[in-house]
Amino acid sequence: MKSEKGLSSRKVVDKSVRGLTLLVTLLILAPLFDMIYIIVSNAVPSLSLDMFIHTTVTDGILNAIVGSLFLVLLSSVIAVSLGVFSGVYLAEFGGRSASFIRFFADVLTGVPSIVVGYFGYIVFVLYLGWGYSAMAAAIALTIIMIPYVTRTTEFALRKVPSEIKEGSYALGASKATTVNRISFRYAAPGIMTGILIAVSISLGETAPLIYTAYFYNYLPNLALFHSPVGYLTWVIWAFINEPLALAHQQAFVSSFVLMVFVLCLGLGARFLVARWWKS
Amino acid sequence: MRRQRTPENRGDRAYRLATAAVAASIPIFMFAILIFIFQYSLPAIRFNGLGFFTTSSWNLGNLNTAATVVKNGVTGLPGASYGVIGLLVGTLFSSAIALLIAVPTSIAIALFTAEDAPRVVREPLVALEDLLAGIPSVIYGLWGITVLVPLVQSTIAPGMSKVLGFVPFFGGGTNTGYGLLTCGLILALMVTPIISSTVRESFAKTPSELKEGALALGCTKWEVQRRITIPFSKTTIAGASMLGLGRALGETMAVLMVGGGSYAALPSKIYSPISTMATAIVSLLDSAFQDPTGLALYSLAEVALVLFAVTLAANMAARVFVSGGVTKAFVSRSEA
Repeated sequence: MKSEKGLSSRKVVDKSVRGLTLLVTLLILAPLFDMIYIIVSNAVPSLSLDMFIHTTVTDGILNAIVGSLFLVLLSSVIAVSLGVFSGVYLAEFGGRSASFIRFFADVLTGVPSIVVGYFGYIVFVLYLGWGYSAMAAAIALTIIMIPYVTRTTEFALRKVPSEIKEGSYALGASKATTVNRISFRYAAPGIMTGILIAVSISLGETAPLIYTAYFYNYLPNLALFHSPVGYLTWVIWAFINEPLALAHQQAFVSSFVLMVFVLCLGLGARFLVARWWKS
Repeated sequence: MRRQRTPENRGDRAYRLATAAVAASIPIFMFAILIFIFQYSLPAIRFNGLGFFTTSSWNLGNLNTAATVVKNGVTGLPGASYGVIGLLVGTLFSSAIALLIAVPTSIAIALFTAEDAPRVVREPLVALEDLLAGIPSVIYGLWGITVLVPLVQSTIAPGMSKVLGFVPFFGGGTNTGYGLLTCGLILALMVTPIISSTVRESFAKTPSELKEGALALGCTKWEVQRRITIPFSKTTIAGASMLGLGRALGETMAVLMVGGGSYAALPSKIYSPISTMATAIVSLLDSAFQDPTGLALYSLAEVALVLFAVTLAANMAARVFVSGGVTKAFVSRSEA
């Protein structure tokens, strides 16, 4: 009958939509696996000890690995100390000024990283006269990391059950003691997750570094000012456009190392989230 | 001030003030970026005038002369002219292509992960989605150069110009594979996980009574999704799309690597090489150093200012739809 026919055609439409959602999902995941495949298949044949003990002057990427870790360590120290305590303020002493700060944290996340980079170039490299330097780059990365650390810290502290905090108050502890000794301990995995995500983002950044850290073919001398620093993402971006096969190998091995870092940080974050929710 | 449950002792007061001072760094950084970029671009704003927004050119002027010209009190090289239109068009067109692909794609993925996928694969799917969102943009660029650009050159562009060639802007094909279309495709891939994760969470919150009621009335799963699940989340979809737009507008490295770099010419077809405002800041800075008057550097700051304004507008629009804005999408990753 008529309705029967209608029903079957509706079922056909439904079935095709089911197939379509699956197809689209696979279509988006395909590039992800292809990216991993391309990087691994190009990097693995080029993996050699020389890659990890020589600098980009010759046939290695040691200066880029050390430089990336140096910049991320430096920016993490600044961003974590600023971000975690900003998060404490937002979670514990909220109020009108807190929503004002929350608003600017969101706006700051949306600022393109190249704009942050150009700001760093104008202010630190030119005006303050630091030249291309680790510190200029670290502050640019800090600006990118702070909102993530702040908001995840706030979120984690808000999840601390009020019974736990009230128990601490009942024992006569001050708010400062309660936050530092009790809430932090409870919220630690949540805060750590945010830090790992922020570190992973900053490790993968290029645009804010190009005109703050510039690039350096030798090992970083670990000076904070007046010395450019090499890093992995520059090698990937710049070396893949060079004609030499060696440069391509260096770019792919850099990508491989970067992906291993990013994957480990991501897995670490997921592991912490899982553990946090179990407890 | 808000009343405290217990009278605030001295230590707590100090703690509050100290954390407030640290938290103030966020608005301070924000205003510092705005003020310094504005201040640095002031000579360019005066020299370029309104022509900056009506022309498409990037010309440092005559570098081989000691002569200079003065316009509105600002010194520049003779023949210098700067206009942002070409970069603005490159930025908006590539982001528009990205959204046209990413929004329907994200809805499909969100439907699949929230409703269709068997329970065992949901967690891994979400993890893969997070991974895709966390891949650095140079890696997207590297993949773009090694895989997508050759694919666009050999298959996608010739195929599209064959099928859609009668539509203006879609004909003509490409020589290199670098260009607007490739940028749009790679941006679509980059913003899809951002949009789909936000939309998925909203889909999962659709009241099950509504869905079950519709199923009981004999609706198919798709009819329930089309009439209930998707309309229920339409503000989230709009907000998430704006979040994705904000990200696409400011994306630098991936677009720089596959854009093909044309600074002044407007794209004549979807395969034309382009630059965006973000990529121009990277690729034009080296040459800008050669301008002894500094005007090229100031003009790049003006480009940064326009880029700032455009992304701010997109993110403000997102805030209207999704409370918490950009950060929410990332913070929620520590929630699930």
